[in-house]
Amino acid sequence: MTTVADKRPDLRDAAAKAGRSDRARSEARLGWLLAGPAFVVMLAVTLYPILQAFYDSLFHFRLTAPDDKGWAGLSNYAVVLSDPLFWQALGVTVFITVVTVVVELLLGFALALVMHRAITQLRGLLRTAILVPYGIITVVSAFAWFYAFDINSGYINHWFSWVPGISTDLNWFAQQGTSLFVIIMSEIWKTTPFISLLLLAGLSQVPTELEEAAEVDGATWWQRLTRVVLPNMKAAIMVAVLFRALDAFRIFDNVFIMTNGANGTEVLSLLAYRTSIGRLEIGLGSAISVLLFLCVIGICWVAVKLFKVDLAGGARGAS
Amino acid sequence: MKQLSGRAKVAWALITIFVLAYALFPIVSIFATSFKLPSQLNLGLFWPKTWSTVNYEEILAPDGSAQTLFLSSLRNSIGICLIATGIAVVLATLAAYAIARLDFPGKRLVLLTALGVSIFPVISIVTPLFNLWRNIGLYDTWLGLIIPYLSLTLPISIWTLAAFFRQIPWELEQAAQVDGATTWQAFRKAIVPLAAPGVFTTALIAFFIAWNDFVYGISLTSTDRARPVPAALAFFTGASQFEEPTGSISAAAIIVTIPVVILVLLFQRQIVSGLTQGAVKG
Amino acid sequence: MAAITLKDIVKQYGDGFLAVKGVSLDIADGEFVILVGPSGCGKSTLLRMIVGLEDITAGELTIGGTRVNDKAPRDRKLAMVFQNYALYPHLTVFENIAFPLRLQKGQFTEAQIREKVEHAAKTLELQDHLDRKPANLSGGQRQRVAMGRAIVRDAEAFLFDEPLSNLDAKLRGQMRTEIARMQRRLGTTTVYVTHDQTEAMTLGDRVAVLRKGELQQVASPRGLYEQPVNLFVAGFIGSPPMNFLPGEVDGSTMHLPFADVPISADLASKLGGKDLVIVGIRPEHFEDVNLLEESKVSSGVTFTAPVDVSEWLGSELYAYIPFETNPNVAQTLEELDRDLDGEGLRTQLIVTLGSETKVRDGDDANLWFDPARMMVFDPETGENLTWDADAAKTIDQENEADRKASLERAQARERANA
Repeated sequence: MTTVADKRPDLRDAAAKAGRSDRARSEARLGWLLAGPAFVVMLAVTLYPILQAFYDSLFHFRLTAPDDKGWAGLSNYAVVLSDPLFWQALGVTVFITVVTVVVELLLGFALALVMHRAITQLRGLLRTAILVPYGIITVVSAFAWFYAFDINSGYINHWFSWVPGISTDLNWFAQQGTSLFVIIMSEIWKTTPFISLLLLAGLSQVPTELEEAAEVDGATWWQRLTRVVLPNMKAAIMVAVLFRALDAFRIFDNVFIMTNGANGTEVLSLLAYRTSIGRLEIGLGSAISVLLFLCVIGICWVAVKLFKVDLAGGARGAS
Repeated sequence: MKQLSGRAKVAWALITIFVLAYALFPIVSIFATSFKLPSQLNLGLFWPKTWSTVNYEEILAPDGSAQTLFLSSLRNSIGICLIATGIAVVLATLAAYAIARLDFPGKRLVLLTALGVSIFPVISIVTPLFNLWRNIGLYDTWLGLIIPYLSLTLPISIWTLAAFFRQIPWELEQAAQVDGATTWQAFRKAIVPLAAPGVFTTALIAFFIAWNDFVYGISLTSTDRARPVPAALAFFTGASQFEEPTGSISAAAIIVTIPVVILVLLFQRQIVSGLTQGAVKG
Repeated sequence: MAAITLKDIVKQYGDGFLAVKGVSLDIADGEFVILVGPSGCGKSTLLRMIVGLEDITAGELTIGGTRVNDKAPRDRKLAMVFQNYALYPHLTVFENIAFPLRLQKGQFTEAQIREKVEHAAKTLELQDHLDRKPANLSGGQRQRVAMGRAIVRDAEAFLFDEPLSNLDAKLRGQMRTEIARMQRRLGTTTVYVTHDQTEAMTLGDRVAVLRKGELQQVASPRGLYEQPVNLFVAGFIGSPPMNFLPGEVDGSTMHLPFADVPISADLASKLGGKDLVIVGIRPEHFEDVNLLEESKVSSGVTFTAPVDVSEWLGSELYAYIPFETNPNVAQTLEELDRDLDGEGLRTQLIVTLGSETKVRDGDDANLWFDPARMMVFDPETGENLTWDADAAKTIDQENEADRKASLERAQARERANA
């Protein structure tokens, strides 16, 4: 059965014209009565903290000396922005974001194609397998990768000792490049399923007739993919990339477990955590939090303005 | 379905093996590690030389070194995540019903807020909450985690449920009324059976997300009172001061992973539809 | 079973949009009434007001003599078949049909429910599908389950909301006769909404034609076909639709695009001195002169016209003859076309000829028609100037007698079988 999207224009018109009556007013009241609590809770758990963070960032304020709280203006931001550590953390975060998103997009698309094309008997098995990394706790995945590569408990060095540069005494977590490699690997493993499910949904929205038409028109497999399928799922790809980019930008768990930011693997979230929770520098930590928040806003802005990602497509469909 | 040629069969077999290896390798790896004797951890082998349950005894047996830490964190995680999921699903069900069913100004605002909250960097919330919770006594309590967990579970619940609810043929409610049902009967007999699977799937996804949290867990707790499993794992210590807690962490990781794998096995179809519906429309 | 009376029923939405503008209609007990009209005419709104899914802004609705304006749908004891069938996807066919019975707690025993459902299933030939879920049924089967749910309720009346619009053409024909058969046998008052004039003509005892929320005419199918009150009804009823031509009155002659027609004294009095009218001639009222008996030719008007395209259908042939319409009536006809959901394509004359005709594409065809069957409409108001009240009344009386007779025969058969 299809949904009861009303096919009769007379009824739909009538319903559309039904705004602003008593009934519409009571409907609006009921709507807010039902949606209001969720709305208020969402604002309370995010809007309030970020405003508080912004306020706190304007003060010299450390919990070890709470009485020394004093107006700082924007000097906390000046301190953060002139600290090379911040710029390094930003650089590392951006690097991780870019690499994971690019690799995940390719790998995720391959997995989506596999799930899309798989014969029915295999489809369930493949989907279940791909969902496993999604369900695993990030910290658990971080430990799994960490122990596999660890110089003491790991076996990767033994397995791959024939590869130039890898030997049993290679400590992966002692320098930036190899640490980031493992961190990125674990991040990719854990989050590719999500992106591939989004791409799978995009793939299944491309009508089969389009592909068949292209096949009749003489397109090769590759041409069908690049000229018919991909352009038609551009929206899904954009949304998937944006969501993953924002998610990767917040990376914290794996870095905390594997290196705790040592050897040039500090990321922005970890820097904020260690400043405010670790060193109790609420003022400075808040400033980093606000900057991180602004970065996320910036990424969204770029995506929406420059790449025309239609984030609110669903919202528009609903209204 | 087309008859598969021999070559296609081999190709699909290889692809399946590759996907399974990709998805399960780290799990199997930590599973193997969890059965290694502490003294044999550094042999550089994948599988244990001698299979041993000593690591599980460390975290489960009454005299195990990490038993209190692990079991209390397990209790905290289950309790806190269930409550946070429950609240989120109830609030989201009401909101999603309104979004799918009613026409009211600000509907878009609610959806966009949910979207905004879901992309919010968690760490930006944690600093002010850390300070506030210490002042009002919510630091290191269940409630102190349940509240911020709503910022994780509520937005995705609203999006997923709104997408589910939009697909329900609401005409059935009217049909039931014409068939002689009261408003309540129409809702309970025609709509609830259709909405229940969506609500269940949403709860499952929300639970996964809360279960996965690490940042709030380590920032807003300091003791066994409220510390959830992911945070506790990072605070495990070895049986002795000189011993790495590798074995017990691996064993604990396997214990908290098994339920996830079972749920995924049972409900993969629902989870996939829930994730893609909520997300693609977002 | 009960009569339904609508008195000055009005539906106004909150923003002032009038969906139904004062409709009055008496539906007799056991009668099959069709509400028909193009999309946006308010027919579905009217039906939903009868069943109680829309509030009535003004007017009075009675079912079986009781005012039901403020009653909840469940208290009106009606059964409705929805356009999308509204089957409960989580229930089996059996439970779907049993649903209304189960809602009346304590009224029926399990055995009674089983008996009623099985009886309905037998009537609709659904016995083999009772354990299946709606998702596994074909369109026609779903349609029958929806009807089963209506039957078991012992409802005062059946309401159908475009029940056949989701079926393919062949099935639509079959289900149409199935619905007619069921209604005759059960003798239940039925209101049926459709935009399809074939369904309206074949199913209804009486047909109510609606346009923009206003009732145009209520009459038997034959009454609508032979005595339409205005341009709208004339254009809506009949397939292919009636041809509308500009008619210029010149003394005792009327100039049509292809022919000149002498004006009789009777017609002249009805014209009331107008010098431009719209003339309506049904396609089936044209004949090929070459196939006509000699004696008949002289009783009508003959003319020659170039055939652009012809369509041979086996039983008959459609010939299309493009013409330029008079600009003074063009606007009225365009508006009519829009009201009838038309696409505003070229103006052309359609004639239906016997299949043995030799007329082909590009021919100059010799055609004939009887001016007595011509209808003449006022170009401003659209009113049918040739409407004959007495004839219309006679047709409806005959129709009413036919209906009663066939209803009695069907019921007698039912009793004999029982």
